[in-house]
Amino acid sequence: VEMEKQVVDGLREVFQSGRSRPLQYRKQQLGALHRLITEHQEDIEQALKQDLNRNTYNTSLFELISIENDIKLAESEMADWAAPRPVKKNLNSALDDVYIKPEPLGVVLIIGTWNYPWAMILQPLVGAIAAGNAAVLKPSELSEHSARLMKELLPLYLDKEMYQVVTGGVPETQELLRQRFDHIFYTGSSAVGKLVMEAAARHLTPVTLELGGKSPCYVDKNCDIAVACRRITWGKFANCGQTCIAPDYILCEPSIQDRIVEEIQKTLLEFYQTDPKSSPDYCRIINTRHFDRVLALMNECTIALGGESDRSQCYIAPTVLKDVLPHFKIMQEEIFGPLLPIVTVNGLSEAIQFINAREKPLALYVFSSDKTVIKRMLAETSSGGVTVNDVLMHYTVDTLPFGGVGNSGMGRYHGKHTFDQLSHHRACLIKSFAMEGLNDARYPPLTAARLRKAKFFMQHRLCSCSGICVWAVIANLLAIGLLVALIVVLNVNILV
Amino acid sequence: MSREQKAVDRARKAFLTGRSKSLEYRITQLKNLLRFVRERQNEIAEGLKKDLGRSEGGTPLYETLGLESEINLAVKYLKEWAAPRPVSKSMMTISDQVYIQPEPLGVVLVIGAWNYPWAVTIGPLIGAIAAGNAAVIKPSEVSSHTSKVMEDLLPLYLDKELYPVVTGGVTETQELLKQRFDHIFYTGNGTVAKIIMEAAAKHLTPTTLELGGKSPCYIDNNCDLAIACRRIAWGKYSNCGQTCIAPDYILCDPSMQDRVIEEIKKNIKDFYTEDPKKCMDYGRIINQRHFKRLMALLEGSTIAVGGENDESECYIGPTVLRDVKPDAKVMQEEIFGPLLPILTVSSADEAIKFINQREKPLALYIFTSDNKLIKRMIAETSSGGVVANDCLMHFSVSSLPFGGVGNSGMGHYHGKYGFDNLSHLRGCLIKQLKMEGVNKMRYPPHTADKLGWARFFILKHVDFGSLGRMVLLALMAVFVAVILQGYFTD
Repeated sequence: VEMEKQVVDGLREVFQSGRSRPLQYRKQQLGALHRLITEHQEDIEQALKQDLNRNTYNTSLFELISIENDIKLAESEMADWAAPRPVKKNLNSALDDVYIKPEPLGVVLIIGTWNYPWAMILQPLVGAIAAGNAAVLKPSELSEHSARLMKELLPLYLDKEMYQVVTGGVPETQELLRQRFDHIFYTGSSAVGKLVMEAAARHLTPVTLELGGKSPCYVDKNCDIAVACRRITWGKFANCGQTCIAPDYILCEPSIQDRIVEEIQKTLLEFYQTDPKSSPDYCRIINTRHFDRVLALMNECTIALGGESDRSQCYIAPTVLKDVLPHFKIMQEEIFGPLLPIVTVNGLSEAIQFINAREKPLALYVFSSDKTVIKRMLAETSSGGVTVNDVLMHYTVDTLPFGGVGNSGMGRYHGKHTFDQLSHHRACLIKSFAMEGLNDARYPPLTAARLRKAKFFMQHRLCSCSGICVWAVIANLLAIGLLVALIVVLNVNILV
Repeated sequence: MSREQKAVDRARKAFLTGRSKSLEYRITQLKNLLRFVRERQNEIAEGLKKDLGRSEGGTPLYETLGLESEINLAVKYLKEWAAPRPVSKSMMTISDQVYIQPEPLGVVLVIGAWNYPWAVTIGPLIGAIAAGNAAVIKPSEVSSHTSKVMEDLLPLYLDKELYPVVTGGVTETQELLKQRFDHIFYTGNGTVAKIIMEAAAKHLTPTTLELGGKSPCYIDNNCDLAIACRRIAWGKYSNCGQTCIAPDYILCDPSMQDRVIEEIKKNIKDFYTEDPKKCMDYGRIINQRHFKRLMALLEGSTIAVGGENDESECYIGPTVLRDVKPDAKVMQEEIFGPLLPILTVSSADEAIKFINQREKPLALYIFTSDNKLIKRMIAETSSGGVVANDCLMHFSVSSLPFGGVGNSGMGHYHGKYGFDNLSHLRGCLIKQLKMEGVNKMRYPPHTADKLGWARFFILKHVDFGSLGRMVLLALMAVFVAVILQGYFTD
């Protein structure tokens, strides 16, 4: 029997024993995960330095803080999230218990990727644990030091019978995908996303696909270009451009192109000094294959800034390309590297047209002080998410669902959304044996009178009587009543 | 270009004109759909009678009333559903606009089934229209008369470019599945569902699959058996058992079996008279193929009630099978017919074990007066939905998400869920270009100090709800203090 089958079968058996059902158990596991990343922060930083030349602050900022945030949120909100959720009743169900009960799905497969190897696996894992599932983690083999460390550390902290790490390359992943899971959570490319979904189809397994695309960044001439470029530069060159929601390319009017290049140049100097290669904050391309791929994208382009490279280090300097044309190679695929093409357009309408002629991206960015520009851009395009007047930041708002649409993916997560995504929302209707008379309307023989009765009951809704809401209303009424009484009493005394 | 390709192309072009974006437009289409359902009751009923032997009363009760209710709901709440949904903010986003914006997906494919052809084809369509999508409607060819009614009459009420009806069989469906959609909504069986999801994967198209399974029905010793059996008989034999959430089989204690059989027999007579074949309210099996399939399932089991059949009419009488074994033919697939097997189990524990050894069903039914047992059964099993002490009814509660889990499906709909399921819920963060100083902590060169600030701002959660309440309390205290002061200084 293949190793992968053994792993999944074993996890399923333990899951079915009900071990992960108590919230206490899940909280315990989350606490352990928290300790893992705090106690081994240095080891994680070291692994990332070897994988991507990430420095310590970058690691915390881009990975560990998000994971920590999700863990803390899940720990404090889990009871709320996992509790039955009452819903609005209709006349028919007025006397019944009607609610949605979130339940674990079973065994979840989480396939990570190499650009943020810890966040891309552990953030979904937090939701999987909180929702009561078992999980198989498959870290990307491209970020091999992180993968190795994850495989080593996880069993030291988490219940290894519920959560296992499986490392390996394409053959191991393919073998995993032959097994039956209750949900597959995949982060990576659209091409592989299709294969994952195809494999999932064989078992009717639902999927969450966090993919990518070319996230456009429209800079309106009516905006604070200096600040805009500062933020864009940060978002583009962090992690050497290897971010799924990095601003892929800029769209702007020709009149401001030079100014944009100027401002980016200024910012690059501030961030990475004169020689980004020796800056501790500037990362490297993950491997030579991607290095070659990214470098080749520069071929037809006019370099406005940067362009230097060093294959022995997988180093590509922060590069800006101007007057890029839509048919250039660099505009045919997601760049995922430190090349920032500027494509000029004659205004907002052309920018919108340009964006809509392409696949729906994972993120959309628009910089403008003009509310009508923002409104139009948002209303006339589609994308996984949007940040206006900044980049990347919608990722950090855990109340916003993070995910793609169309080619950029399906499903979403972060915060409570991960919990919901990896749960089954079971509709529950608890009736009693009473009031059987009401049911007569539905039983044969179906006479006109019975039909009228049925119609009446089916077409009226009642308000939702959530317990908390009722108490809040009562408490407020009492408070106001007391206040009024106090005023009345005092005024009466004054009068007397 | 094939006929199917043309229809999808036209729908996409119509969608790209943007006319389904406006809420007024969607509401007009929904209201037209409502008029259709109301004005064409006769044609709808006729089609259903020819397809399934559905009685006159059966049409509104099982199909059109539900649709009317859903359309009215969508029209009433569309503005609310489609509006931006603000979410709670953190310290970092205190001065920003943070909300979720529902958006149409594009062109949705709705593949219907034949058992409640209107409910399961038009039901999803309501959500598709409300969410602002175009929709290609592919009714099931098995309910051919209904399919023709849809093809002929829907275009007289709905925008025929945005919502084309494409009829046909396997070949036409396969051709449709080659096209690119923004969502595929399929109701039917697991085998075909796998093919559909595989086809969808080629375009990275999300799917909603409303499938089936064997929905177990557990009858506890401690319950009002007469009422339980009445409700079960209704749920089982409606539409001749051809309901995705029909109670597929009964689990009960051996000591209860005889009484259960007796009660169900009584109710069959109540509902369908001594001769169900002549009763208007008793339906027919959809076609010969399914008739033969069902007759074959009887093999090896003991008939306690019914068993009469007539192939020429696709008639199978309401049937109960007793002492059925787990390996019997009738227990190997979803019955989808008027055969009700009873399997005996010696306890709730055994019932739970039995249920968990099998695929997660679309529905689970529990009949008991013991609330603790209900809770336990729900906690220790899984299913698309659950109803305690009745059958089918969760389908009509529009505030409950209707859908399966595992082999019984993925995704859900009804009410607002229908809208959300066929929308893209886009996360939006609207910042301003000022307060750039705050961003310093995230820019290189990175320092420990900067990181400290970043941690503080990201990890600190402020509950504005409780903050507001504290402020209100403080104001009230101040107010009271002012009054008291006035009182004491007088």
